[in-house]
Amino acid sequence: MRSLRLPAALVAVALVATACSDSEGAGGGYPREETLYTTGTAWGPPVNWNPLMPGNFAVGTKGMVYEPLFHYDSEANEYEPWLAESDEWTGEDVHVITLREGVEWTDGEPFTAEDVVASLELGAYSAVHYSNVYNMVESIEATGEHEVTVTFEDNRPQEWMNWAYSEAIVPEHIWADMDEEAVTDSPNEEPVGTGPYAAESNTDDRMVWERNDGWWGTEALGLEMQPRYVVDIVNASNEITMGMLDQNEVDLSNNFLPGIDQVLDSNDAITSYYDDAPYMRSANTAWLIPNHEREPLGDAAFRDALAHAIDIQQIIEGPYANLVEAADPTGLLPEWDDYIDHDLVAEEGFSYDPEAAAESLEEAGYSDEDGDGFVETPGGEPISLTLEVPSGWTDWMEAARVIADNAQDAGIDLEAEFPDEQLLVENRNSGEFDLVINNEQQLSNTPWTYYEYLFEHPLREEQTTGNFQRYENEEAWELVEQLAEVPAENHEAMAEATSAIQEIQLAENPAIPLWYNGLWAQTSNEVWTNWPSEADGPHHPATMWNGWFELGAIRTLAEIEPAAQ
Amino acid sequence: MWRYMGRKLFVYALTFVVAVTINWMIPRFMPGDPVRSMLSRGSVSDPEALERMTAYYNEVFGLDAPLHEQYLSFWAGLFRGDLGISVMFYPEPVVDIILRAVPYTLALLVPAIVLSWIVGNHFGAFAARSKVLDNTILPAGYVLTATPYMWLALLMAWSLGIVAGVFPTAGGYSFALTPGANWEFVSSLIVHWFLPFLSMFVVALGGWAIGMRNMIIYELEDDYATYLRALGAPRRLVRRYAFRNAMLPQITGLAVQLGTIITGALLTEIVFNYPGLGTLVLDSLNNRDFFLLQGIFLFVVVGVLIANFVIDVVYVLIDPRTRVQMTGGSS
Repeated sequence: MRSLRLPAALVAVALVATACSDSEGAGGGYPREETLYTTGTAWGPPVNWNPLMPGNFAVGTKGMVYEPLFHYDSEANEYEPWLAESDEWTGEDVHVITLREGVEWTDGEPFTAEDVVASLELGAYSAVHYSNVYNMVESIEATGEHEVTVTFEDNRPQEWMNWAYSEAIVPEHIWADMDEEAVTDSPNEEPVGTGPYAAESNTDDRMVWERNDGWWGTEALGLEMQPRYVVDIVNASNEITMGMLDQNEVDLSNNFLPGIDQVLDSNDAITSYYDDAPYMRSANTAWLIPNHEREPLGDAAFRDALAHAIDIQQIIEGPYANLVEAADPTGLLPEWDDYIDHDLVAEEGFSYDPEAAAESLEEAGYSDEDGDGFVETPGGEPISLTLEVPSGWTDWMEAARVIADNAQDAGIDLEAEFPDEQLLVENRNSGEFDLVINNEQQLSNTPWTYYEYLFEHPLREEQTTGNFQRYENEEAWELVEQLAEVPAENHEAMAEATSAIQEIQLAENPAIPLWYNGLWAQTSNEVWTNWPSEADGPHHPATMWNGWFELGAIRTLAEIEPAAQ
Repeated sequence: MWRYMGRKLFVYALTFVVAVTINWMIPRFMPGDPVRSMLSRGSVSDPEALERMTAYYNEVFGLDAPLHEQYLSFWAGLFRGDLGISVMFYPEPVVDIILRAVPYTLALLVPAIVLSWIVGNHFGAFAARSKVLDNTILPAGYVLTATPYMWLALLMAWSLGIVAGVFPTAGGYSFALTPGANWEFVSSLIVHWFLPFLSMFVVALGGWAIGMRNMIIYELEDDYATYLRALGAPRRLVRRYAFRNAMLPQITGLAVQLGTIITGALLTEIVFNYPGLGTLVLDSLNNRDFFLLQGIFLFVVVGVLIANFVIDVVYVLIDPRTRVQMTGGSS
């Protein structure tokens, strides 16, 4: 059997190699017991570490390397001083922030008030994404080596605190001299930050962070980052991620993995936050976005009918296998429960009710005159709508089919379509769509971000961050601006302001909240244990997603423990 | 001989020009604007900033010139080895990215193609003279040839990777290592290489074995074989002649199959998340990185053309009949 000799030899070589790499695995590279493997954040190779290019920088750049002034604890609903040590409003429009002493940049320079001033002043460039925040500031001054005084011309504390907790402070000695193009377009290949990790190396399929042992937080906050290395693996297919999780090659997966409920139930080593359905915490709201510029979606009565026609339970039990929960009619996340006006919701909120849907349609004059089973506009024009979700987003595709079926049952001619994601994004931004599903607004320090997302005004030609539905209501926007002006810690005044907004929201349904997308986090307990768990673990989010480090996720890296070997 | 080569070269050059042109056209006439998508990833919302940045990137990528100028400068860049700048890896040049991925793809492709072809042919010839093998292994060969690469790869990843836990299922080398010239890294490379290689090898093997087996049976019934046997030539000798003759169509088959095999390799890489050209194709498609996509396809086209040319040359060397035809003699 001469012909089989070669393959046999190859098998032998491969097996020897397996044996060797097993036995020597701990010798070089990143020792397994000191390394945390994560996935679920990066959709492309890491090529950028510029915290001023959101959407481009490698996830972790902001949060692990660069840090903000504050963090926000969504459970306690309070701000935690981070690079700031304390803060005080000395006047109605004057915010004095005292910074921590003894903080150092990774290049050895001390962190001072000048760094904070320089970071905010980068907003003077209109291409920097927080130029709107810079514009409401009258002056920002370093009133001491570790004291910054911000005076507002147009004081919107909610918006300001959103900046203070979510935006990175960058070193003045590196960034202050850059021109606009460098600030908003340089890949910043050697990031110099204050955070607990620093960039170690990267290839097309991974980003490696190494612990910064001189991090200030170890002493000041008593937080000791457990993993010496964090290897963030660029997302691969669901099967590969599932396989790697199963083989303990990944410790934390922040991907939505269909069928993960079965794995969680059958494999003891893999856990999630809740032991039972819905398994995951909520991270953001999936909204049904109707384009108000298209007939008849601009009609509140029609949207009301649509909202009543959708059977959310069918989506939750079907495509999601109970991994998600139905959204509140206001769309606000469970963390923001205090800001939901429950009496109002009980009265005005919608729920699945086909009869109410039919009533709404009839009252507003939508009826089926030509007998094709679908209603026409009061003017007799036929209605034919499409609901678009990105091709390949299987859970959303199934959900879209359910919604289309529900709508058709209610007499609304709605079809689900699955274009390429990029095309969808372009059409969505420029307003070339009937209905889409969107969940881009995440949990944050204030429901104001949700309302900005819903009511942003005035409309632009391109809507890239919010108000994709192109809803115009100046009164609502004024209320949102008033919410922004409420002092950040005044929860009662905030609830009052949100209630006023909800009155308009529930009457108009500018966008229809569907379900809470989960904070997908499946964790393997083979190498690292003590993962966040409702029952008996810490409660900070276990995620590497962008924007969550500031919401306590960075603490998870200090709370996990090496499994006993 | 030279006239034959010249004619072949001309055909290849023509194919190359057409392929490059189509390659250049597709991304430019496809829906979706790469610059816009790059900016929307950065969530630039200020319309003025958006306009300024669009203009800036259009200039960087050379998209502001008229189409015919873009076409000409594309050719000019091609001869300088400049395929433009990647959108996904901005601002890295496309060529660098491709050169980084090519070794992985070649390391999969070349052994898989060559070994499956050699082993398949020998095995097919061997099976043709054994009733037992013919009845047992050959049907298995049929199943293998009909198997899509992707499916077999998934099956292998599941059985040998996840269930048996012998081989890793993702990546080009362990996520715990940084590339270096040490045994540990090399062994990690081999372990990660093995499954994708095996899946391609096995799928291709069946086809070659079946082809060879059929050819051998056909050749053994040919007049010259009967004549040789009548002269009392030993079985071995007859079979050797039959094997040589049966090889010729197999070589042609190899040339024809090359394109398919490369497509298979791209799919296999995606299944195993192997850092070669296939994964790069998927990533660049997902990121609307047309410049990279165009560069990869160009690379593949050139590779297939070169391989075909080599096979053409080899064919001349091993088949005397082509040489006779070329020098003007009739068959």
